[in-house]
Amino acid sequence: MTAVPAQPPPRLSVADLRGSAGRRRRELAVRSFFLAAASISILISFLIIASLAGEAFNFITQVDLALLFERGWFPRRDLYSIQTIVGGTLVVAGIGMLVATPLGLGAAIYLSEYASPRVRRTVKPILEILAGIPSVVLGYFALQVLSPTLVDAACPGATNPSNIAAAGIGVGILITPLVASVAEDAMYAVPRSLREAAYGLGARKRTTSLRIVLPAAISGIVAALILGLSRGIGETMVVSIAAGATGGSLFTLNPCEPGQTMTAAMTALATGSDQVRGASLAFPSLFFVGLLLFVFTLTLNLFADRFVRRVRISY
Amino acid sequence: MAVSTPRAQALSGAEVVRRSLEGGRTDWRSIGFESLLVGLLVLTLGILAWLLVVVFVNGIPVLAERGTDFLTSPLAARPAEAGVGQAITGSLWLMAFVVVLSFPLGIGAAVYLEEYARDTWFTRLINTVVRNLAGVPSIVYGLLGLAVFVVALGDILGPGSTSGRSLLAGGLTMAILVLPIVIITSGEALRAVPGSIREAAFGVGATRWEVVRSHVLPYAAPGIFTGTILSMARAFGETAPLILVGAVIGGFNVEYDSFIGILQGRYTALPTTVYDWARKPPSFSGNVYAAIVVLIVVLLLVNALAIYLRNRFERRW
Repeated sequence: MTAVPAQPPPRLSVADLRGSAGRRRRELAVRSFFLAAASISILISFLIIASLAGEAFNFITQVDLALLFERGWFPRRDLYSIQTIVGGTLVVAGIGMLVATPLGLGAAIYLSEYASPRVRRTVKPILEILAGIPSVVLGYFALQVLSPTLVDAACPGATNPSNIAAAGIGVGILITPLVASVAEDAMYAVPRSLREAAYGLGARKRTTSLRIVLPAAISGIVAALILGLSRGIGETMVVSIAAGATGGSLFTLNPCEPGQTMTAAMTALATGSDQVRGASLAFPSLFFVGLLLFVFTLTLNLFADRFVRRVRISY
Repeated sequence: MAVSTPRAQALSGAEVVRRSLEGGRTDWRSIGFESLLVGLLVLTLGILAWLLVVVFVNGIPVLAERGTDFLTSPLAARPAEAGVGQAITGSLWLMAFVVVLSFPLGIGAAVYLEEYARDTWFTRLINTVVRNLAGVPSIVYGLLGLAVFVVALGDILGPGSTSGRSLLAGGLTMAILVLPIVIITSGEALRAVPGSIREAAFGVGATRWEVVRSHVLPYAAPGIFTGTILSMARAFGETAPLILVGAVIGGFNVEYDSFIGILQGRYTALPTTVYDWARKPPSFSGNVYAAIVVLIVVLLLVNALAIYLRNRFERRW
């Protein structure tokens, strides 16, 4: 090992860089596991669509289509009025947006434009906690607290403590943190230079926030509102607890009355009795409503996605 | 204008400029706008405070009176006897499913998407699918669980008197529900690790898995932990899918001697218990609030842990 004769260094080939066969095998195994894990999400989507579409098809082919446009949603009496639950859903989500839009956007503008870093650091986690409150809790809060106070004041003569308005306000509180956080992200991402240019022209903070930052972040804000609406449409527990109408409901758009939404109709069917699996068309109707809900929310989410991407492209 | 008066000289330069730009007038509309924003924020936080006060004021007395009895008693028809023992056990079981199934699969999928995958149509498809799955309403996952785990696989997962509505069905549904959240949050954490770290490791001859295991994952760990903890919180508070896949409401006896027996048996969870009691006569309202206190305390602790972890280990590159 002492006197090594001067030789030209051995030439390396690609094979030398590959490492041992064991190492390569392990590499391949790990990679395959990760690929399988990633592919599961495709399997899940396929299962969702297959299970929804299969039973929904059964429902559509077996039901008397005239029953879909009856006066009420009473699946146990084979009355499947779609407009009752879609109307109820839209009213609840609409009231929710009336609550969540000012609260969420107000909080977002304040946190992004006005708040000191310290306030931001304190308030954002608190909003996250609000976002983490389970919807059952908000539902019970809406039924027990919001309904006797706020709703009674707005609906004199409302006799039923569970009504669409209470559920709508509860849903609004639930989606406020979502709207606030997505909108705040969008406004915070607007480059400083735009604000500074506005200040340089002598604009006030209010003018800068409303005329410069808000328009620049408008796609993100629209996305926040669409996501909020989508969440409001898919929200289940608040409505199941606070909107009333456990068994079924007549068609109504009056927020002071009990009503039924698509989501609440599903939980009502599932808890009404243990016979969901057996009798009549109740079981397939569950999946038909689910498919409808899935299509609604997917469409809204795709829209929101498109708006979010527009923000990313511009900055 | 007023720049030469003694009082103005005490002001900072910025303040002087602002005053002269505003022409010495108070800008009421700006003040009004800022007050409106503060008001909206305070209103939002006030609702949260209101909710917490109502819950704790009504729930604490029941908890104080019943003590540990409430935390250990099974479901029962009479409010004075009913407790959340079975519910807490069931919720912990569901979280175990999330830990055992969603975490490895979710983190694995995120590692594949961020570290391994090239930008092909397949990768883009998975990314789109994951994003859309995260936005699917939770009750739709309940329908998936109902169709697949309760009805189609019911004889295997929950044979006999369980008639399909087994802990396995609930746990698998919950694991699927949080999977997209785990993938997305883990992916964000992985993406935040700068490329130079990877290149340094590749430069000394590490394979891709070695790079991921010894460099990328340790640096991304705090972010991944935060995401996984939050997804556990989600699993703990989720109700709607469990109602569809048949978490018990009412009451049931557990006398299972084997592990398999527990998995194939009936179960309930804390939020479904809250939902069930919420629909009962007002005599149950104390129990509801007490159960909500338990639920919220657990969730606040879990959330606080996640926020602490994120702030403690937050790294700026």
